[in-house]
Amino acid sequence: MNQTNKSPLQQTAPPLYQVNKPYVTASFEIKYHQIIDADGAVVGPIPDFARQPEQLIKLYQAMYLTRQFDHKAILLQRRGQLGTYASSLGQEAIGTAIGYTMQADDVLLPAYREYAAQFLRGVSMTEILLYWGGNEQGMNFQAQKHDFPINVPIASQTSHAVGVAYAMQLRQQARVAVCVLGDGATSKGDFYEAINAAGNWKLPVVFVINNNHWAISLPRQKQSHAKTLAQKAIAAGISGEQVDGNDVIAMQFRLDKALNKARNGHGPSVIEALSYRLGDHTTADDATRYRSKDELEQNWKYEPLSRLHHYLTNMGYWSKHHDQQLEKNTQHLVESAVQEYLNTPAQAPESMFDYLYQSLPESLQEQRQSVIQRHQGHA
Amino acid sequence: MPEITLVDAVNMGLMHEMAADPDVVVLGEDIGLNGGVFRATDGLQKKFGHQRVLDTPLAESLIAGMSIGMAAEGLKPVAEIQFLGFVYSAIDQIINHAARLRNRTRGRLSCPMVLRVPFGGGIHAPEHHSESTEAIFAHIPGIRVVIPSSPLRAYGLLLSAIRDPDPVIFLEPKRIYRLVKQRVEDDGEALPLDVCFVLREGSDVTLVSWGAMIHETMMAAEQLQQAGVSAEVIDVATIKPLDINTILESVDKTGRCVIIHEAPRTCGVAAEIAAQLAEKGLLSLFAPIERVTGYDTIMPLFNLEQQYMPDVNSIMAAAKRTLEDT
Ligand SMILES: Cc1ncc(C[n+]2csc(CCOP(=O)(O)OP(=O)(O)O)c2C)c(N)n1
Ligand SMILES: [Mg+2]
Repeated sequence: MNQTNKSPLQQTAPPLYQVNKPYVTASFEIKYHQIIDADGAVVGPIPDFARQPEQLIKLYQAMYLTRQFDHKAILLQRRGQLGTYASSLGQEAIGTAIGYTMQADDVLLPAYREYAAQFLRGVSMTEILLYWGGNEQGMNFQAQKHDFPINVPIASQTSHAVGVAYAMQLRQQARVAVCVLGDGATSKGDFYEAINAAGNWKLPVVFVINNNHWAISLPRQKQSHAKTLAQKAIAAGISGEQVDGNDVIAMQFRLDKALNKARNGHGPSVIEALSYRLGDHTTADDATRYRSKDELEQNWKYEPLSRLHHYLTNMGYWSKHHDQQLEKNTQHLVESAVQEYLNTPAQAPESMFDYLYQSLPESLQEQRQSVIQRHQGHA
Repeated sequence: MPEITLVDAVNMGLMHEMAADPDVVVLGEDIGLNGGVFRATDGLQKKFGHQRVLDTPLAESLIAGMSIGMAAEGLKPVAEIQFLGFVYSAIDQIINHAARLRNRTRGRLSCPMVLRVPFGGGIHAPEHHSESTEAIFAHIPGIRVVIPSSPLRAYGLLLSAIRDPDPVIFLEPKRIYRLVKQRVEDDGEALPLDVCFVLREGSDVTLVSWGAMIHETMMAAEQLQQAGVSAEVIDVATIKPLDINTILESVDKTGRCVIIHEAPRTCGVAAEIAAQLAEKGLLSLFAPIERVTGYDTIMPLFNLEQQYMPDVNSIMAAAKRTLEDT
């Protein structure tokens, strides 16, 4: 395997006797990317796609829809019509940029705050509601056959992404796996194992860290002493960078680069998207126990929708009239998804047996019969 | 046709299925050029290339997790974990994902993977290398746990494990990797999963076991024969899901049952078999069910290994106890 005949030691350093003082064998830098700042001002070069108003409007609509959906889902939960729900409030730009940038036959491996990406990829709002409403059919996406469902055991989806990307590479397909994880997830061994392996094989996979600065009650600075989470990629031998995760234009631009790189056989990347969790961790959480009002208020200034709104308005692409139109359309979409969800009957009790194996082993038939009998008449 | 060992049969099965099905990939630690620490994958990389036979970094959770990703994309990964004592960091992936991907997605995605793991004591291995914790996996809905006990069954069951559309934990009894040889034809004929194999017919007592302990169990049956006792021997082979019917039928005939495993006693698979016999076959029993098992102790280092493992004498003694008062 060695390109030279030198010993491994000699490949990285001159013979020991020549070293009279330590010298640098590796170093790194992490870049931070932003294009539109919190006030909607342009601070970086506008990429080509963002010169087309209809593209930007698409991004804005996707973020807006996600926010309205989130709002509605929380209401449903409060009314007892939905189980525990994890909102993506404040982080809509990350999912939107992902969903917008990925190609149809790529594979998304989300955590649980990527509704925007899922919607853009054909997962329906009804399906997401079914999932949090306690119905596995919510993971049986009708219009999205390859994507993984929501992933709850933190960071465990990262190694699935490695396997998915390995399969794509083996079959010489121009496809990419996109894996999303939280800042907390970067402390798990799974993440290190995955980025390390992805680097080894130069796999077509992009890891997006949604650094929303909290993992339930643990703030980002207590999660790791590393200055950035992106730099963890460097240890795995792959590229890592930070992007303003509330700047959907920068997110799209950097993601597009990372996906193209992966698609063209140039290997994996880690993108640390800097964002902020404006909501509670989930509807079962009360963030006032551990997070100051001040901090929350501060961070509302940076949220992704208003900044794109500013930019669109400044550029003359958007007006009050558009706002009203969008509000009406979105409300309609969300309401009809909610109705469809509420009208979906619970699955039959025996369904808990029906997808355990491709065909139910003989030994489980009796248990399946007993659940049917137990619930006969209950329907 | 030459006679081959159990580990050779595993190798032959892998070779056969890789040649027959381009979706089969083999992965794990040191499985490539080195052919695996037990040589089960010897020669595969040379024949099928490093892309289909891949040496992974040293990361068990990754090995299981990436197999899930591969399987969801339609490959048929056959992953090796070097020893059962090192599978524990992969258990999150097995339980939380492999076992339930089909169920979670209502069949939209599935996980046709095999996790091969050498297991069990008796080869004077270092600490953590001699575990028999198959019951942990038998508890998990959504997976199969398959254990061969001979070269023939290693070949036939491995083929069916690879062809099975759901995840299979394939535990290989490493103590008998090279203990016995058999003629095994490389004909691609699989053996059925989810069924017990009756290895020896008898009428006085049913001996139930799996894996390496089948060896001692068969010897005990032989010696019982000489003492005038006719023992039926059942190799459970698939411990999850369990084919209790074959065991029930046998016990219905013999009225006596001894269950033998190397694993610790409490909540071992024998406990499940005994419970089901009590539920469904109590009236055919002439004597209490006997269990011959490892102790509820940490698997000792190899000085005391023999004292830990069930042996022919303890199986004989248990069988005789079932015959004593009846
Ligand atoms: C392995 C694991 N440990 C603990 C939990 C409970 N839990 C759910 S979310 C969470 C915090 C995750 O934080 P982060 O990765 O930053 O994602 P975020 O929720 O902020 O999007 C914890 C501890 C879990 N789901 N999985
Ligand atoms: Mg977080």
